[in-house]
Amino acid sequence: MALENLVTQIQALSGNAEDLPQLHSILKAADEPLHADPSLLISLLDQLEPSRHSLGYLYILEALSSGPVSKEQANGMVLTIARFIDACDAQQIRLVPDKFVTICRRLKDQALLLEAPLRGVYPMLTALRKLAISSEHLTSLHSEFLLLCLLSKSYKLGLSILDNDIFEVDQPRDLFLYCYYGGMICIGQKHFQKALELLRNVITAPMNAINPIAVEAYKKYILVSLIRNGQFSSSLPKYTSSAAQRSLKTFCQPYVELANTYGNGKVKELEDYVQANTEKFKSDNNLGLAKQVVSSMYKRSIQRLTLTYLTLSLQDIADAVQLKTPKEAELHILQMIQDSEIFASINQKDGMVSFLEDPEQYKNNDMIEHIDSSIQRMMTLSKKLASMDETMSCDPQYLGKAGRERQKFDMDDFDNVPQKFTA
Amino acid sequence: MEPEDEIYENGGGDESARSKPIFSGEPLDIEAYASLYKDRTKIMRLLFIADHCGNDSMKFEALKMAYDEIKKGEDTQLFREVVDKIGGKLGEKYLMDSTWCEAVDRRAEQKKEKLDNELNSYRTNLIKESIRMGYNDFGEFHYAHGNLGDAFKSFVRTRDYCTTSKHIISMCMNAILVSIEMGQFTHATSYVSKAEQTPDALDTITVAKLRCAAGLAHLESKKFKLAARKFLETGPELGSHYNEVIAPQDVATYGGLCALATFDRSELKSKVIDNLNFRNFLELVPEVRELINDFYSSRYASCLEYLGNLKANLMLDIHLHDHVETLYNQIRHKALIQYTHPFVSVDLQMMANAFKTSIAGLEKELEALITDNQIQARIDSHNKILYARHADQRNATFQRVLQTGSEFDRDVRSMLLRANLIKYDYNARSRKS
Repeated sequence: MALENLVTQIQALSGNAEDLPQLHSILKAADEPLHADPSLLISLLDQLEPSRHSLGYLYILEALSSGPVSKEQANGMVLTIARFIDACDAQQIRLVPDKFVTICRRLKDQALLLEAPLRGVYPMLTALRKLAISSEHLTSLHSEFLLLCLLSKSYKLGLSILDNDIFEVDQPRDLFLYCYYGGMICIGQKHFQKALELLRNVITAPMNAINPIAVEAYKKYILVSLIRNGQFSSSLPKYTSSAAQRSLKTFCQPYVELANTYGNGKVKELEDYVQANTEKFKSDNNLGLAKQVVSSMYKRSIQRLTLTYLTLSLQDIADAVQLKTPKEAELHILQMIQDSEIFASINQKDGMVSFLEDPEQYKNNDMIEHIDSSIQRMMTLSKKLASMDETMSCDPQYLGKAGRERQKFDMDDFDNVPQKFTA
Repeated sequence: MEPEDEIYENGGGDESARSKPIFSGEPLDIEAYASLYKDRTKIMRLLFIADHCGNDSMKFEALKMAYDEIKKGEDTQLFREVVDKIGGKLGEKYLMDSTWCEAVDRRAEQKKEKLDNELNSYRTNLIKESIRMGYNDFGEFHYAHGNLGDAFKSFVRTRDYCTTSKHIISMCMNAILVSIEMGQFTHATSYVSKAEQTPDALDTITVAKLRCAAGLAHLESKKFKLAARKFLETGPELGSHYNEVIAPQDVATYGGLCALATFDRSELKSKVIDNLNFRNFLELVPEVRELINDFYSSRYASCLEYLGNLKANLMLDIHLHDHVETLYNQIRHKALIQYTHPFVSVDLQMMANAFKTSIAGLEKELEALITDNQIQARIDSHNKILYARHADQRNATFQRVLQTGSEFDRDVRSMLLRANLIKYDYNARSRKS
């Protein structure tokens, strides 16, 4: 039978790297017949080893899982795919990234079907690491992975991936989802600065037409910006695509209104506004964030007080910040001291709060190391930027275009820019 | 703003000596005040006082004097206004005199026709000097009858027929006068600069007049520092020569207050206190002189007291009315800042006594100034002490450096990412095509 033949060939040719392209073409030809009859494939799988015959195993596995899968079979399928991912050889699977991505997606779907997203998290992490060429490479699996992390609430794992800087992207579409989910994970862990960065990447990414992911990201961006910075500037950076600049604000009207109300500085107004629009915020799953925006306003007011006063009574603080009782003021300040958002000490006997200076003197070893590593990082980044500039300048397409579009001042300019340099 | 109720009935004495302090703490002596001015500005000022004084006896006295003054002139429109305001409350002598009105109007018509004919004949004869004089007469005619717009236009028309610098100067002065009366100070400023560009025909009195006009224009546009400088540069030769616009007491008051509100200590000393020319003006308003000296020697309580006394009368001044509040606030803020400047710590109780205010009020004012970054200090609300605080440059620098670094990091990374995306997009499109 043709399929038996296939197995033998796989076993034979998977040994060394030179035979792999040949194997690849054989497998591509055999793809159709494989899909035709999935039921026979399980026996084939048993004859192969995932670590040595990854390429063949992959093809067969993909054909096997392509049909509809019932809930009972899902469990088995998840186990099979997970084991394969663990054992497979990274080099071989990189030859057919699409198929690999497809089976990982199926893994995710079935994990969700079983309502156990956690089962998919670790396999996806391993898969991601094997598929990515370097840690700067973004694959389609990254966003799937983050989705699983969000659903299974394993935020810390997600954060570890987010720490990598991304420079290479497979598909722009992946980036949107990756940054959006990444932003949500950071918000969950209260890393607002990183969340802002990720969300901003979504909003300012080049896009031809407005994208619902960008709209949702913009809504969250407004809220997080208010929480973190206490202000929001509604002007988008210059490099935002024109499609985004035109339409983002219209889609996020209630949020822009919220930002304006925040700018007015009156807590009561803000609370009323959030109250009035609870439904809208809830439908976008942003109600929690909106409530955090309100409480951040109190924080800002208290922080402003530290600029003018050295000590202040709790009663005065409550009045200045428009809280109802000194006890509430005390609770707020206590929370802020614990979160290191303010440096103060409360004297309960007198009901006085003393605001202290930021004790950071920038003199200790940790700070020196931090500064040093930042400098190193900047230098690496600059080098990368310079090398990219160089590569771009030598790119034939760029040269051609620049040559065509430059200003022509004398006869020499009418010549073509040389595009190939032959020795 | 209404003055306090301690404005009593006007004594109405006969002291109309020029050197009597007019802007003082006592209630305004309307007769003496009015005697400083002449022509239209006298009437306008009296009407302004009548509208804003809030005290019936003062109001009617002002209206009475305005009525008399208008009757001497030829402006029937103003006459009708004044009669309306009086409303018959001042007795027989101050009623609507329609016969007078009609007579004046008829005379005006006749004069206008005559002037028109003369002007036409001059125009056909093309004698420049006569045409200029014709337009000038027209301008004066309109001005006397209260048609300020026409007056301005006529005066400006003489420009084309001016042959000597003296003509130009006289044209400018007329234009300035009318535009100040109209309240259009932009025109006034442009004509002042035009006049200053012909220096050969300028005598010291005219120079002084021009400085005053410029100062008034700046005052109106709230540029208090420039206004102060102009008023301070006015020479004492001004005397009472510009009474149709401004009195020397006004120069002293406006100049003094604006300088106090906007100059720093060194400028205040060199340009105001040590300024011999200006001293002549200040003699006319000893209260302003006293309060400037008090401010300079840090006697804030007495300085603010003088200011408080003067406020009521200053609110009745036609040019200063809108700016009194602003100037006073600026002076008060400067006083607060100057008080705290030399000290490391200040007891708020003592400061409140010095400024004759409560501690709570003082705290609020200081808070506003600190938030505005005009005072570098912090308030210890528990012990009621103000501590000076100087920003730690070193820490601030470190913070800024780290922040700039992280912003650079973030921006470059996003930029590289975007570049990659665009490259991918471009490649994809070129592959497709």
